[in-house]
Order: sequence, then structure tokens, then C-alpha cells
Amino acid sequence: MALRRPALAWLPALTVLAMLGPVAAGLAGTVAPALGYFPAIGAERLSLAPFEALFGWGGIWRATFLSLTTGIGTTLVSLGLVVLIVAGWSGTRAFVALRTVLSPLLSVPHAAAAFGLAFLIAPSGWIVRALSPWATGWERPPDLLIVQDPYGLALMAGLIVKEVPFLLLMTLAALGQSNGARAVTVAQTLGYGRVRGWLLTVFPQIYAQIRLPVYVVLAYAMSVVDVAIVLGPNTPPTLSVQIVRWMADPDLSMRLVAAAGALWQAVLVLGAILLWRVGEVAAAALGRRWVNAGARGWGEGVLRQAGLWGGMVVVAAVALGLASLAVWSVAGAWRFPEVWPEGLTGRSWMRHGSEVAMTAWETAVIAGVAVLIALVLTVGCLEAEHRYRLRMSGRALTILYLPLIVPQVAFLPGLQTLMLMGGLKSGLWAVVVAHVVFVLPYVFLSLGDPYRAWDPRYATVAAALGAGRERILWRVRLPMLLAPVLTALAVGLAVSVGQYLPTLLIGGGRVQTLTTEAVALASGGDRRAIGVYGLAQTAAALLPFAAAVLIPALVWRNRRGLAHG
Amino acid sequence: MDRGLCFEGVEIRQGGACIVALDAEIAPGEVLTVMGPSGSGKSTLLAFLTGTLARDFEARGRIVLDGRDVTGLPTAERRIGLLFQDDLLFPHLNVGENLAFGLRPGGSRAERRVRVAQALDDVGLAGMADRDPATLSGGQKARVALMRMLLSEPAALLLDEPFSRLDADRRAQVRDLVFGLARARALPVLLVTHDAEDAEAAGGQVLRLG
Repeated sequence: MALRRPALAWLPALTVLAMLGPVAAGLAGTVAPALGYFPAIGAERLSLAPFEALFGWGGIWRATFLSLTTGIGTTLVSLGLVVLIVAGWSGTRAFVALRTVLSPLLSVPHAAAAFGLAFLIAPSGWIVRALSPWATGWERPPDLLIVQDPYGLALMAGLIVKEVPFLLLMTLAALGQSNGARAVTVAQTLGYGRVRGWLLTVFPQIYAQIRLPVYVVLAYAMSVVDVAIVLGPNTPPTLSVQIVRWMADPDLSMRLVAAAGALWQAVLVLGAILLWRVGEVAAAALGRRWVNAGARGWGEGVLRQAGLWGGMVVVAAVALGLASLAVWSVAGAWRFPEVWPEGLTGRSWMRHGSEVAMTAWETAVIAGVAVLIALVLTVGCLEAEHRYRLRMSGRALTILYLPLIVPQVAFLPGLQTLMLMGGLKSGLWAVVVAHVVFVLPYVFLSLGDPYRAWDPRYATVAAALGAGRERILWRVRLPMLLAPVLTALAVGLAVSVGQYLPTLLIGGGRVQTLTTEAVALASGGDRRAIGVYGLAQTAAALLPFAAAVLIPALVWRNRRGLAHG
Repeated sequence: MDRGLCFEGVEIRQGGACIVALDAEIAPGEVLTVMGPSGSGKSTLLAFLTGTLARDFEARGRIVLDGRDVTGLPTAERRIGLLFQDDLLFPHLNVGENLAFGLRPGGSRAERRVRVAQALDDVGLAGMADRDPATLSGGQKARVALMRMLLSEPAALLLDEPFSRLDADRRAQVRDLVFGLARARALPVLLVTHDAEDAEAAGGQVLRLG
């Protein structure tokens, strides 16, 4: 006991180190080469040459503009849609149905959702096939640049379908702690419509709580790599994709340009967050004027319908996209404009089967170890919080979000460079450590609320019965929290399975997961192989969720007191 | 006093203000009832007794149980049994396992099973060891919680409004059972309540806070 106590008390510090250490080291490792310092290739004089090269690249301004529009556009549309859904429909049957189908979308890997969307909207995709030739007159795929369009619209669409479920769940979590329903009822009795009533009374409280997740969406959409490879423009690509290309260049001096680009990407994200912050203040002022004017407004019905239909389009886009992956993975010959392949065959699965199985194993090992580390750190932190009666401050919460807000493409190249300079081996274990950085915040966010909501009187009663702290943790608290612990595990596994850049960069190209393999297929255009890998990737992320629902229901099938938990 | 529960100069402060002060002795088999409206420091006093007082409180004085100073001990080593207004049966364990959790370690598996069955029998719940606690009635749950606590062989009882969730006819029944068993085992009892009937039924001295 005397030994264990300090160990547990140190855990929060260790957790912060595990999350922020790689981020800080990576940023430092980015700054040095960006300023021309990279001893590994004999560059030891500080200079601005990398930045000159960066801004000399023909695509830089286009890429800069694209990063800003994609980021802000995705965030505005996603947040707007979530607000319309929650404001217009919370408490209704339609809302419960929508939430039920949107929640699982959260765990679908970004790359799989992006491929699915591409298969739907491409000129030879399902939508065009369904309309051809009877409505469009097309006998062959039209020569249109729908996917990978230069404005990044397809990229934005691919991000929105994934960020809406994320923001919706974050909003619902925040809603649970507020008196939303009553405030809206009061507003309605004062003559306000549902949507406006919610917007003016509930949204300000909710937004304060989902601000950090919104910044996560903004930063992610500005700097994402895997979705941009699948759906983003190609010539020139987005800044983030170009940075990765520079990193992969056999000419090592291009890493200096990559570092300069990474730093520029970080500056852009920071600038966009500041801009968004200004927007928040402006929106608040506008809202206040609205309240003071007492205007009841118009268009309630339109707004509500927009929310419902928008939500359904998101669900349909991901669901049909995954279905399209599934059909392609078993398709025989499939000519345009047929809606269905001529025959179904297991050939694609047989051809890729053994490789998929091996890659799935490696994916599972990385995810399993990373999640286990994250879970131990999380439970340790929460238990330390409980035992030493600590309170997590707002600043600590910001620390949790930091690895999700700092763009991956801004610090992972630096981390790789540092590993190179330090002579550290890239490979499986380095990848696991990198995954922990991104898995840990989600595991913590997922488990934190239920862990803290547990009635501490159970601990007091158990202690009064003579049980020590370890016995209470293992025999009472964790068994009672089995369902949320397994959910946190599933969330962590889904996050790890979906990681692209950390695996690619920190693995030094030697570590393959289902996600890196799937994204690598993007340029080849072998739809059957993409179907196989995309589906395997989705299964790897979704199956743990099914297990997280089934296992507690089985283990506690005779325990009604835990049925809701 | 060798036996019994003593509060010696207990005073709990928060930010300089005195929340509650108590000097009292409870002899074995006696009940001390503490009454007062919410906010009068009842729960603070209870937290001090169980060793779960929040950090922003400052406490002075000693709690002496059977001649043993338990003030600085962790909850698990105080041997003060607790009953809350909620039964707080562990929902993941069946009734028998809940009781076994309370039962002091030692004895063979068969012996322990017999003691659990005996405890259930004592309160009219024979044969219910395999039941899910969530399927019991309120009165049954209260009795299981009571026996779970007694099986841990406490040296004193702390009752925090333990009868307030029970309906009127169950209430008197459970109350008599609790006080009867406490007296039979010569346990000092501290009862915290805002119900005058409970205080009267307890039959000991009454202390008013606030």
C-alpha cells in the first residue's frame, strides 16, 4: 500500500507526458529542419531557405486557401446540421431514430467512409448508374471531375458525413448536463419556435461545452491526409498531402521543405481557430441583439425539415457507401451503366484474403496494445482523482484535447525526423506509442463521465465492510462499470484502426495496417481490392462496438440493476 | 469508557466557520440520535466518522471506538458499519455474494456458505441467496443491506436516514429489526435522521443540530 500510493499519484503526470511528450517533441523536431537545421544530411546552418522553397512551390496559395475553406466549410456545415437536428427534433421519435443510426457511423474509419462516398458520387458511381441511361442519356461514364474536384467539395462532403456524428454525440453528452428541454418549453410558451427557442436559450450553454470538439473538427478538416488522398484534389494536392509527399521524397533535403510546410499548416490552423473565435464573439453579439429585439422569426418548418433531411442524407451517404464497398468486393464483371454486377464472386476476397488476414492481425496488435496502455492510464488517472479527491480543471481538459487539435501533419514529421536523428528504430512499437497519443484522449473522454458518475457511496459502504481500495476497485467499481469500460475500449480500438498518418510516418513505411493498405490502393483504382480492404477496415472498427454491447448484456443478463448501464 | 463510541471535542470547520461540533458518548447497545434540517452539518459529521471528509474541511477532535482511536484510520479499518437511505446492494453480485462480500475473511467455503444462509434465514429471507438484488422488494433489500453490514462484524453502527425510503408499514418493521439486532449485539449506534418518529423509536438521547 505504502508503495502503491505514490505510484498511482504519479499517474496523471505520466498520462500528460504520454500525450503531450510526442506532440511537443514532434513540434520541436519540425521547427529545427524548417529553419534549415538537419545535421543528418549535413544541413547545419540556420536559414529561411526551406520557407523560400515552400512558397516557391506553385500550389502553395491554392493549397493554403483550400485548407482554410475545407476546414471552415466542414465545421460550419457539420455544426449547423447538428444544431438543426438537435434544436428541431430532440425529444421526438424521429430524433431517437436518427441518433440510433448516426452513432455507429462514428466508428466507421474516415478512409472507409471516404472510399464509400467516392464509389457513390464518382462519374461511374452508384448514383450516376442509377440515373443512367434513362435520365442522363449517358452510355459511358461522363468525363466530370466530381471526386477530387479542385474546390475540395468532395473532400468536404467526405469530412462532413464523419464529423456530424462526432459533433452530435458531443452535443448530446453536453445536453445531458443542462436543462435543455425545460428552457425550450419556456421559450415556446413565450411564442418562440422550437429551433429559435433552442438556439437562443440552450445553444449558448451547450456551445461552451462543445467548443473544444468543434476546434478538433476544424483542425482535423484543415489538415487531414487520408480523406484528402481519396477525395481531395490531386494537382495540386492539399497542403497536408503535399507535406507527406515531400516526406516520402528520396531526396532527404525535401524534408526541410516538408518541415516548413508542416509549420505553415500549424500556423494556418492556429489562425483559423482565432478566426473562428472571432466568429463566436460575433455570433454571440448577434444572438443578443436578436434576444433584445424579441423577434420570433420565421421559417421554423423549413429549418426543421433541413435538419432531418440533412441527417438522413449523412446516414444514407455512409450506409450506401459501405454497401457499395461490399458489392464491389464481391463483384464479377460490372459494366457501366448497370446498377448491379453481372455476377457475384468470392474471387477478390480469395485473392487478397491471406494478406488482409495478416494485415488485420498487425492492425489488431497495434490497436490492442495502444488501447490497453490508454485504458490503464485512464483508469489510473480517474482512480487517483477519486482516491485523492482531486478535481480535473478546465485546463486539464484542454490538455486532453491538445493532441487532437494540433494537426497530426504538423508534428508527426518532426517526430519522425527526431527518431531519425536519435537513431531510434521506427517500427511496430514506435507506432503503438504514437497511436496512444490519439487513442488516450478518446478513451479518457469516453470513460471519464461514467466513471465519475458512479455513486461513491458504494465505495464508502464497501470500505465500511472492510474492503481495501484495491478490492473496491477490482471487485465493485470496475465490474459495475463493465459496460462503459468496454465502450471506451471499443472507442479506442476504432480510433487506432482508423489512424493513417502515425502508422505511415512513425512506422517508416514498414508497418502496414488495414487503413494504410486501403489508402495506398487509392491511386491504383482497383475497386474490388478497395472494397475488400475498406470493408475489412470497417469491420475491424465496428466489431468491438458490437462486442461492447453484447458482452455486458451476456455477463449481467441476470442483473436488472445493471441493465441500463 | 472502555466500550462504546466516544466523540472527544469533535469540531469540523470549513473556511474558518464551524460547521458542526460534538462531544458525546454512546454506550454499547445505546442509540444517539442526531437531528437537524438539511445543511445543518449532519452529512459532514457522517463523512468525518467514515473517513470520507472532503479536503476543504478541517477537523479537530478524536473518535474513540472501544478504547481505540480511529480518527486517522482508513474507512476499511474503522469497523464502523454503515447503512444509507439507499440499500446500495452491489448490483453485479447476487444476494448471497453481497453478504459474502461483507462476511469477514476466514473459514472454508462451505462454512461461509452456511453463515450466509443463516444470516438470510435470520431476517426471513431463507433461500434467496441466488436472487438478483434488483428483483427484491424495498423491505427485503433493506434487510439484506443490514445483514451484509452485520456480517462484517462492526463495532459500532452509523445509520444515515436508513428508513426514509421505506413505506410506512415496512418502516416500523425494519426499524425494530435494526435496533433489536444492535441491542442484542451491544453495538453503539449513531442515528442521523430528520424524522421524529425514528428518533422516538430509537429511544436514546437526541441531539439537535442547526
